[in-house]
Order: sequence, then C-alpha cells, then structure tokens
Amino acid sequence: MEGFNVGEYVNQMALLLDLEIRDEYRDGVVENFERISAIANLVNSFPIPEDIEVAPVFEP
Amino acid sequence: MNDAVSIATAVREGKVSAVEVTKAAIARIAAQDNQLNCFTAVTAETALTDAARIDREIAQGNHPGILAGVPFAVKNLFDITGLTTLAGSKINAENPAASQDATAVAKLKQAGAVLVGALNMDEYAYGFVTENSHYGATHNPHDLQRVAGGSSGGSAAAVAAGLVPLTLGSDTNGSIRVPAALCGVFGLKPTYSRLSRAGVALFSSSFDHIGPFARSVQDIATVFDALQGEDDRDPICTKRPPELVLPQLKQDISDIRIAIAADYFTKGAEPEALAAVQKVADALNITEYVTIPEAHRARAAAFVITASEGANLHLDKLRRQSPPKVSRPQDFDSATRDRFLAGALIPSSWYLQAQRFRKWYRDRVREVFQNVDVILAPTTPISAPLIGQQIMILDGEEILVRPHLGLFTQPLSFIGLPVLSVPIQRQNALPLGVQLIAAPYKEALILRVAAALEVKGVVSAPIV
Repeated sequence: MEGFNVGEYVNQMALLLDLEIRDEYRDGVVENFERISAIANLVNSFPIPEDIEVAPVFEP
Repeated sequence: MNDAVSIATAVREGKVSAVEVTKAAIARIAAQDNQLNCFTAVTAETALTDAARIDREIAQGNHPGILAGVPFAVKNLFDITGLTTLAGSKINAENPAASQDATAVAKLKQAGAVLVGALNMDEYAYGFVTENSHYGATHNPHDLQRVAGGSSGGSAAAVAAGLVPLTLGSDTNGSIRVPAALCGVFGLKPTYSRLSRAGVALFSSSFDHIGPFARSVQDIATVFDALQGEDDRDPICTKRPPELVLPQLKQDISDIRIAIAADYFTKGAEPEALAAVQKVADALNITEYVTIPEAHRARAAAFVITASEGANLHLDKLRRQSPPKVSRPQDFDSATRDRFLAGALIPSSWYLQAQRFRKWYRDRVREVFQNVDVILAPTTPISAPLIGQQIMILDGEEILVRPHLGLFTQPLSFIGLPVLSVPIQRQNALPLGVQLIAAPYKEALILRVAAALEVKGVVSAPIV
C-alpha cells in the first residue's frame, strides 16, 4: 500500500476506538499491525467468487 | 499402571483405592512441579474428598464411572468451582472464584475422574510456548531448558512427566497439538463445536476447541466419549448425538484411505519433522500424496481472524475508561497486549474477506476428502526450542520461533477439522508429533489409525 502511513493509521484508529496506546508500547503495536497488514494482503489479494458469503455461524 | 483406563480398572476392582491413587498424584506433583511449573493450583483437599467418595461408592457396590479414581487436571481457562479462572492473566487473578465447573470438568467428574488442579498456559491462550510472564514458563520434561509448547503447555508437560494421566487443554490454532508434539504425548483437537466449551474462557470464538491429552489412544478415546454430547450452556455445541469411538478402536483399518499432505506441509520444516511423517507412512504402507490447496493462505486468514476476534474480547481492558473503572493495558504481558491492540485496529473488510475465504477453503478441502479419509502431516516444524529462543533457521531462512510453531496446525483448525497429534519418540533426541487429520466428525477414523500405529509400536508416550 504505497503512501500508507501505519503509524498514522494506528493513531487515528486508536482514537476512534478509544484505545489506550501509551508511548512506551506504540512501536510494538505499529510493528504488529505492519505484520498483520502483510499477512492480510495474502488473503485480500485472493479472488474469492462473489457468491461466497460470510455465514453468521460457522459450520465445519 | 500409568494410563487412565488401567488405573480406573484397578480402582473399580478394589486393587487400589481412589484415595491412594490421588495421594500418589499429589505427591508426584509436590516432588516434581517446582522444576516443571505445570500447575497454577493444586486442589489437594477437594481431590481427596472426591476420591474418598469414589471409594465409598465402590464399597456400596455402585459403578463409579469409566474413569473411576483417575486423577486429572485442566488448563487454567476451564472454570473450577471455588477457584478463580486465571486464563494465564494477572488481571483475572482479581476475579471472584467460579461458581460452577466448566461442562467438561463436570463430565469427567461424573465419569469418576478426580480433579487435582489447574495448569499453566500462555496468557489468554495467545501463544505456542507457555512462557507466561506472570506465572513463569512451563519446562519440557524431556529437557528442562526447553519449552513445553503452548498454549496448553502445562497440560502436555503434566502428562509427559507422569504427574497425572489425563489433562484437558484448548486449541485455537494448534494449542493442543503443538505442546503434545513437543512433550511427546497424544493430543486431540476434535471437530469444531463437537465438545462443549461452556465455562471455558474464550480466546477466538470461531476457532476455539477443547480436547484431551493422554499417554494412550484408548485414554484419549475414553475421555472424548465422556465429553461428547449436546450442552444447553454452550450455544455453538453441536446438536449431533454422541458417536462413541471407543468401541471402534480395534477395527481393521485396511478400508481407510490414507495419504501424506504434500506441498505446503513438506516445506519449512527440519528434516526430522518430515522423517517422523515418513516413519508413520512407512508403518502404514502409505505412498500416496495429497494437496490441500491454498494452505498458506488459510494460515494467513486464520491469523487475521484470530487477531481480530481475540482483540475484540479484551477491548474493555484496553480502552480508556473513567474512574472507578480503569483500563489495564500495563497489566498484560507486553507481547500479548501489543498483538491485541494491533488486532483491534483491523478493518472489518479484512476480517470479512478472511471469513469468506474460510468458506471457499472449506469447500476445497471437502473435495480433498472425497478421495482420502486420513491425511498425515508434521505437527511442528522443529522439536522443542530452548526457553527464550526467538529465532530458528528453516530452509536457510531466519524466522521467528513463536508464531511458526503453528505453521502446520493453523490451516487445519481454520476449518475446524478433527486432528490427533501422535507422539514419535526418538533415541537421544526430543520427541516430535505427526498430525492425523480427518473430515469433520470423523474422529473415529484418526483414532483407529492411531490405535493401529500404537500396536505396531510406532507411536508411544512413555513417562519421561
């Protein structure tokens, strides 16, 4: 995601969700979100057919 | 007399009393747990009271249950009447004691088993190593310098060391199978929703399973059967009637189609992990391979869902709050807290995409199971790492130890498949595990295959 500032995203979302992210652990949160973002990209880039819906109750 | 079924038989026949068995377990815990750190609480007093009741029932000619007098313990996220459920957290230590047992605990007690305590785990079950910053690391009985695996590390190590023959744990992304493999015992993750989670602290609701650890297939089957059944206390628990596996254990397995997981499940592991799978395949004369498509993406989607659902459950403790309520981020293990905070920030579109992928992936895996009944795969990519070890080298690449212990377990719990990790003991080396994987509700198939492997002497779980 070119131009995406993870640090800024963390700040804004934390504000929206009223989460307490103190200075001393902000770097750890940013690092974790960067990792999640990279992993999520694997799934987000996969072309799932449109007729696959999310079920409210998952059944194996 | 190390296994649960033998103990129960001896107790029922009056060869040994439940009180004697319980006292022996308590003595073993007292002697060894200061080194292992499996237990967070030992319920000696109530255990001896319960054991005495079992003995009285036997004296009166009553049947005290299939697990009569068998000592057991549970991961400390199961509610135990009179004990505070910690879930590995310092914050929960301030909570009141549970007013009733988790359904699984109650069912084992009804079967005559005697609860002797609660077991150590990763904080909120978020981890694969049981290096709990509040309650200390659980040590692997095979080598005290090494981790027991997680997050049900106390449950696996207690069985491996022979402190108790049976324990319960929970598995979200591999938390039963990983410690079972690293400690060299059997660990069953049943089909999602098959066993009641009532009274169990959740981590990631749509992935959480409970299941047993033991040193024999028969013990695993006995506990699984005792735990089956509908439960009004757990809305996700299946309405499906119990299908007992114990009577099926000795059935011939020549009709079961077995294959080795290829591609994803053969990469990123040390050669001995793959050799363990080959050992099982050789014993079963298996040469077929099968591909589970997009397993790497399934693991990624599981990661996104776990991070999101896990964070959501703990939002209240991470939010700014006005007095008298206070937020508690400083009281989490720092690694857990940072992951939860990051998980709370995941956009809904990522979460929903992962859930949609989950259905797509489930349908593809259902197709695989049209041609095969049981699939073999390594449980972990390596044997037990050292306590504190951060990095391992696999395929020439430096990678983090902690998340990658679940490399081969996550894509299977992602769609709730039943999986048994069977222990492969190795001379002068740490044990490893092999996963036996089946389609949903086909626990009987994997337990039958495991029983055949046990008879052949390929899998075993002797006391360390």
